[in-house]
Amino acid sequence: MDVITENWDLWVSGFLRSLGIIGWALVGSLVLGTIVAVCRVSPIPLLRVLGTFYVSVFRNTPLAVLLFFIAFGIPVLGINASFYVFGTVGLTIYTAAFVCEALRGGINTVSPGQAEAARSIGLGFGQTLTLVVLPQALRAVVPPVGNVQIAMMKNSAIVGAAGVGGDLFSAYNRLTSAQGYSFLPTVTGMAIGYLLITLTAGALLALAERRLAVAR
Amino acid sequence: MSGSVLFDTPGPRTRRRVLVASVITGVLLLTALTLVVLRLVDRGQFDAELWAPLLNPATEEFALVWGLIGTGLSLTLRAAVVAMIASLLIGVVIAVVRLQLGRVARIPLVGVVELLRGLPVVVTIVFVSVLLPRIGIAADPFWFLVVGLTAYNCVVISEILRAGVVTLPRGQVEAALAVGLTRGQTMRLVQLPQAFRAMLPALISQLVVILKDTAIGSIVLTGLEDTLYQGDLIRRNLDNPLQTYAVIALIFIVLNLLLSRLAVFLERRLSRSSKSNPAEATTVAEANAT
Repeated sequence: MDVITENWDLWVSGFLRSLGIIGWALVGSLVLGTIVAVCRVSPIPLLRVLGTFYVSVFRNTPLAVLLFFIAFGIPVLGINASFYVFGTVGLTIYTAAFVCEALRGGINTVSPGQAEAARSIGLGFGQTLTLVVLPQALRAVVPPVGNVQIAMMKNSAIVGAAGVGGDLFSAYNRLTSAQGYSFLPTVTGMAIGYLLITLTAGALLALAERRLAVAR
Repeated sequence: MSGSVLFDTPGPRTRRRVLVASVITGVLLLTALTLVVLRLVDRGQFDAELWAPLLNPATEEFALVWGLIGTGLSLTLRAAVVAMIASLLIGVVIAVVRLQLGRVARIPLVGVVELLRGLPVVVTIVFVSVLLPRIGIAADPFWFLVVGLTAYNCVVISEILRAGVVTLPRGQVEAALAVGLTRGQTMRLVQLPQAFRAMLPALISQLVVILKDTAIGSIVLTGLEDTLYQGDLIRRNLDNPLQTYAVIALIFIVLNLLLSRLAVFLERRLSRSSKSNPAEATTVAEANAT
């Protein structure tokens, strides 16, 4: 396990870089996913079509293909950014489709009577959604959205493998290929890094679920 | 659909408002689309030489390009199918064993399951590709991919099935035991079939995940000539990344949509006579479908 103790700085900076990707994608996908979800349930047919299109495209494209499309396809249009930005954007766009579906599932768990009551006292679509349905859906939505985000954390390793640079995965690549450390301990180090992230997130989610659990 | 519950059947005034909003979004969308298209035209991305090798059978590259994509796709699909079957089989075994073991005896198994579930599948694939040669199994990268995918997905599938068994009404087991079935028979004849049926949406979502995850292969495994590898080859030679990856993405989207359609079809067939409520199952399905 020399590979871990001797290269502590590299591991820590890789870990933080991975956390950075995860942090941006977390916030971005929650915002974008909510927007898409609202589109999918809105009264405007065009927005519904748009939302459905978004979800079916990005939910069914492998993340790796999406990342390559962005990283090699977008610069062709004269828009240049670092792989870090492209990778994070790709992960965000991909995860948002799943966040949208999880939110929609949550909206469906709120009993129709709630929305009907809201409408019957004269609330419009926006008010029904923001004042009555979403606050209730939020509780039901924590477990599925949490699981989507944990999956995103795991998918951040794909972003790393595709070559973002400076994250946990590239720490592995650098130590094995450039510095000649043996593979098994190095890959174990990387695995521990990711497990630290996903298992912690899983424990936090379980805690949140217990807090928010409500008898129906 | 919750849509109809969230807003009233529109009256004349609302219809007008919706129409206005539709027109505004339409105009905004068209503007955005035009900007993108203009940019694409500006950069020459609609030039025939970029698209023709992919779309026009008359060009000399067409056969070559689709030959490459076909080779890659056949490898991707083979890996996906083998991994799907293996994950399902091993998943069933793990679920059954975990359910039969006592509270203490299952601790090591639960540990392994949680470990594999917490690891990103890319890391698992890399791990397998490092570990197998180390213990003397020199295999083709194809098998590294299959074993890596299976290691991750079999535990996910076992968890889905376990959730299906646990959420069954208690009376099912009690009745089965009461008529004299053994524990094994109860599991095989009563619990598992019902768990499978209730969890079908989740299981199919997981199969879609396997198909999508095969695309990781050539990123981390050298010498694996899968779809993305061939795509890389094509875009290097033709210098058309946008077009090549768009086509590859489209192929995956169509395949995955077909798989999902199959799920809907199966679900409808199976639920014809069923009275059980799959609401809980679907929640799990959504949670795992990433």
